[in-house]
Amino acid sequence: MEREIIIETVGIKKSFTVGRGREITVLEDINLKIYSGEFVSILGQSGAGKSTLLRIIAGLVEPTEGQVLYKGVPLKQANAKIAVVFQSFALFPWFTVLENVKVGLIGKGLTEEEMNEKAIKAIDLVGLDGFEDAYPRELSGGMRQRVGIARALVVEPEILLMDEPFSALDVLTADNLRGDIIDLWRAGKIPAKAVVLVTHNIEEAVSMSSRAVVLTHNPGKIKADIPVELSYPRDRNSRDFKFLLDKIYTVLIKPPEEIPFLLAAGRYQFLPHAKVGAIAGLVELVHDKGGRVDVYALSSELSMEVDDIFPLIEASVILDFGEVKEGDFILTEKGKRWAEADTLEKKEIFKDSALQHVQLIKQILQVLSTISKHRVSDEFFIDILKNHFTPEEAWNQLETAIDWGRYAELFAYDYDAGELYLEEPSTIDM
Amino acid sequence: MKIPVSIPAETFRVRAIDVVVIFIVLGIISFIIYIASEWGTPYEETLEIDLNPSNIPYYALQSLARIFCAYILSLTFSIWYGYTASRSKIHEKVMIPLLDILQSIPVLSFLPGVVLAMIALFPGKRLGIELACILLIFTGQVWNMTFSFYHSINTIPKEMKEVVKVFKFNKFSKFLRLDLPFSAIGLVWNSMMSVAGGWFFLMACEMFILEDKDFRLPGLGSYIQTAANKGEIEYIVYGLGTMISLIIILDLFIWRPLIVWSQKFRIETVPPEEERESFVLNFFSGSIFIKKIIKLINTTINQIEKLSYKRFPLAYTSIMNKISKILGLLFLMVILISIIWAIIKAIGLVSDITLSDIVLIMKSALYSLLRVFVALLIALSWTLPVGVYIGLNPKAAKILQGIVQIAASVPATAVFPVILLFLIKLGGGLDIGAIFLMLLGTQWYLLFNIIAGASAIPKDLIEISKAYGIKGLRRWKVLILPGIFPYLITGLITASGGAWNSTIVSEYVSFGGEIMYTTGLGALISQSSASGNFGLLLLATCSMSVIVVGINRLLWKRLFIIAKAKYTLE
Repeated sequence: MEREIIIETVGIKKSFTVGRGREITVLEDINLKIYSGEFVSILGQSGAGKSTLLRIIAGLVEPTEGQVLYKGVPLKQANAKIAVVFQSFALFPWFTVLENVKVGLIGKGLTEEEMNEKAIKAIDLVGLDGFEDAYPRELSGGMRQRVGIARALVVEPEILLMDEPFSALDVLTADNLRGDIIDLWRAGKIPAKAVVLVTHNIEEAVSMSSRAVVLTHNPGKIKADIPVELSYPRDRNSRDFKFLLDKIYTVLIKPPEEIPFLLAAGRYQFLPHAKVGAIAGLVELVHDKGGRVDVYALSSELSMEVDDIFPLIEASVILDFGEVKEGDFILTEKGKRWAEADTLEKKEIFKDSALQHVQLIKQILQVLSTISKHRVSDEFFIDILKNHFTPEEAWNQLETAIDWGRYAELFAYDYDAGELYLEEPSTIDM
Repeated sequence: MKIPVSIPAETFRVRAIDVVVIFIVLGIISFIIYIASEWGTPYEETLEIDLNPSNIPYYALQSLARIFCAYILSLTFSIWYGYTASRSKIHEKVMIPLLDILQSIPVLSFLPGVVLAMIALFPGKRLGIELACILLIFTGQVWNMTFSFYHSINTIPKEMKEVVKVFKFNKFSKFLRLDLPFSAIGLVWNSMMSVAGGWFFLMACEMFILEDKDFRLPGLGSYIQTAANKGEIEYIVYGLGTMISLIIILDLFIWRPLIVWSQKFRIETVPPEEERESFVLNFFSGSIFIKKIIKLINTTINQIEKLSYKRFPLAYTSIMNKISKILGLLFLMVILISIIWAIIKAIGLVSDITLSDIVLIMKSALYSLLRVFVALLIALSWTLPVGVYIGLNPKAAKILQGIVQIAASVPATAVFPVILLFLIKLGGGLDIGAIFLMLLGTQWYLLFNIIAGASAIPKDLIEISKAYGIKGLRRWKVLILPGIFPYLITGLITASGGAWNSTIVSEYVSFGGEIMYTTGLGALISQSSASGNFGLLLLATCSMSVIVVGINRLLWKRLFIIAKAKYTLE
């Protein structure tokens, strides 16, 4: 059976210009076909450009290169029926639930009665009957997102886009809403022909979707396109489910090139946003468990999501405290020594690792020791980093480097003056 | 046998309140017709303001109409300017600094241009002078509203803007459903402040001298001014009393209900700790007539919205966009050309300025600078302890805030004559007296901000400092000053701007038939406007503008950034 292609992205690239004509590429070479009947998850770590991709598909953001085809016609010319569910719900606080849902129908040439009828139907569908006249501020987070979903469904879109719709909700509420959406989807009550869900939660992707597209980050490229052929309702404890989770975890962690964290030619090293204390916590925990753990088992045991635990693992790998093999996180000899060491030794080991493996810290030390007063404004490093990262990311990078450098007592930071400086310039030799 | 008759309970029962509402509506309509008939008459140059108190209602109504017209003009201008400025980066770069400069120009500096233009447009008609007066009031109240609207529509969360795009709103829907509600709270607050500013400069706007010619319009401002000129304390008190009562009535019947209503447009989606209330709003919301009117307005707006989609279906909007883009660029060019034209004209005007004039301007600027500084210091010295006390004691706040609000709503200009009497008796003259006059107008900005800041200090911080026995001076240093710092800076910015603006009325006062003035930029502006020395007027205005914008940029903005970065409590 020939399935209809609803949306196709052809060679999408998105880059932003940051100061002095430097470009940062967020998405690169994205070729994706979304067929009728599919529920596609787009997975990736934060900063992988998943939300940007969704916005390009929605026509909210213009790609730098390439184009989006809606049923074979370029999106700009097509009268596309697309609806979006937002992470922050994006409801109008001054409208009631009914009015908020009717927002989707404005300008469609319907009479007031027709609009009310459709809106009430959508509200009933998401299980909010009786709340038509409530204001969003009277509702809980889960109910607000239900309004957001009703607003999207009321326009009877051909494709429904969801941008991390559950990440602003608490665990139980999110689970409940996921279940309801899947039930509606399976019962054919969601008018859309296809659903695209952007998420950083692997379990969410595996439990809901029929296909998971995994993006790398920096820049975002399609790393894997994995069909999820499990029958509904999906049992999270089944072997198949766990196998798929493990598989996606491995794909997500394992970088496309085999030597991941050393510098790829010309690309500046990306420091994961991890505080030293948290890295130490992870390494010690893994050491207690015998030095090798399954990443998925660990993350569910700690009830941490990908976004929380990956930076820690990545940081451990950069610092040569651990490595990742077949979905397992394994401590290196150095990592084991670090876990066992006392406070002072810990600092020494960390200092050694940071000096060997962290480009930014090396660079900071070089600058500080060459300048006679051994004091440099943070803006100086931000300017350098801005050549490689977005301004926001530049600050994140520097903050991480400062945290690591302070812990290793390599340099200090004066918050008020915004300056990095050497405490005892003479004792450092590079 | 009785036949049961069912009467629809709600719809036909007219309550007493509905009669009141109908009377009010009829009153407003006849008021508009009356004002229209008044303003159509030819302008009488020899108009005498009759101090007989029985004329006061007539004068008050006229002033009210002028302030109302100026306000509507301000609102329209603000929305248009705000939209145009956020059209592109270029628009923003030209129009926002321009707004900063315009805001720093005192009302009287606009006077000659506005009045001469209006007389030329409507020669011999009273309408011309009326329009001039309205435009003058407009220049006193429009800028902060514009800033507020511009700021609001530029802080709309990204996802909300995306909703508008995803669901394909047209411009009208976007304005109606997103931009206007989003900016409502800011607009209401700033409207309140602006109208207060209108009362403040009313006297200067209704009665003025230009090129040694006397202009006056019947109004409350000119009534008080005339009474002051004749030194009639009794009549000053009558006029003042009327003005204060009007302000209180407006506050009670318009601003307070509006503020309560605008709470509907709060952004945070959590319920507030304490619902504000307005008994007037509660009272009138019981009226069926009002409900009918609101419903009618709602359906009309909905119909217009639907129509707007029929007239401009989405396919057209790209053409519409192009047209409006071209218009926007044209407008930008008009602004730039008129700035250049103004500069060329200005060079012509300034050419007969002598060196002694420049020395005079510099000397005056220095004097005014000192006065503004001293006025701020004095204001700070009493508002700081009082504001912190009120802010930290909710019980005191309940009683005192009402009193303070009424005191603050009294337009200081109207009290000047009375204060002057005492100052003259005390000696020292206007040289020092001007400081007190400035103080009257600007101290409230400081006080309100300090109260807001003190009441925003978190409870647990207060308790902790109590637990550690932090008292006296240390408590101020550790807890209170850092806690209120951002608010304090905001207050100082507004107060210093206000002080500069009020130099024109506090350094140059006419009272008891004679004109009193002292050395100062404000006095210089008032004088040169009255005598028609436009070169001097221009140069003095530019100096003031440069000083105000300069101080804002160099001092306040920097302090504000520090305040935001370091002392923001989250």
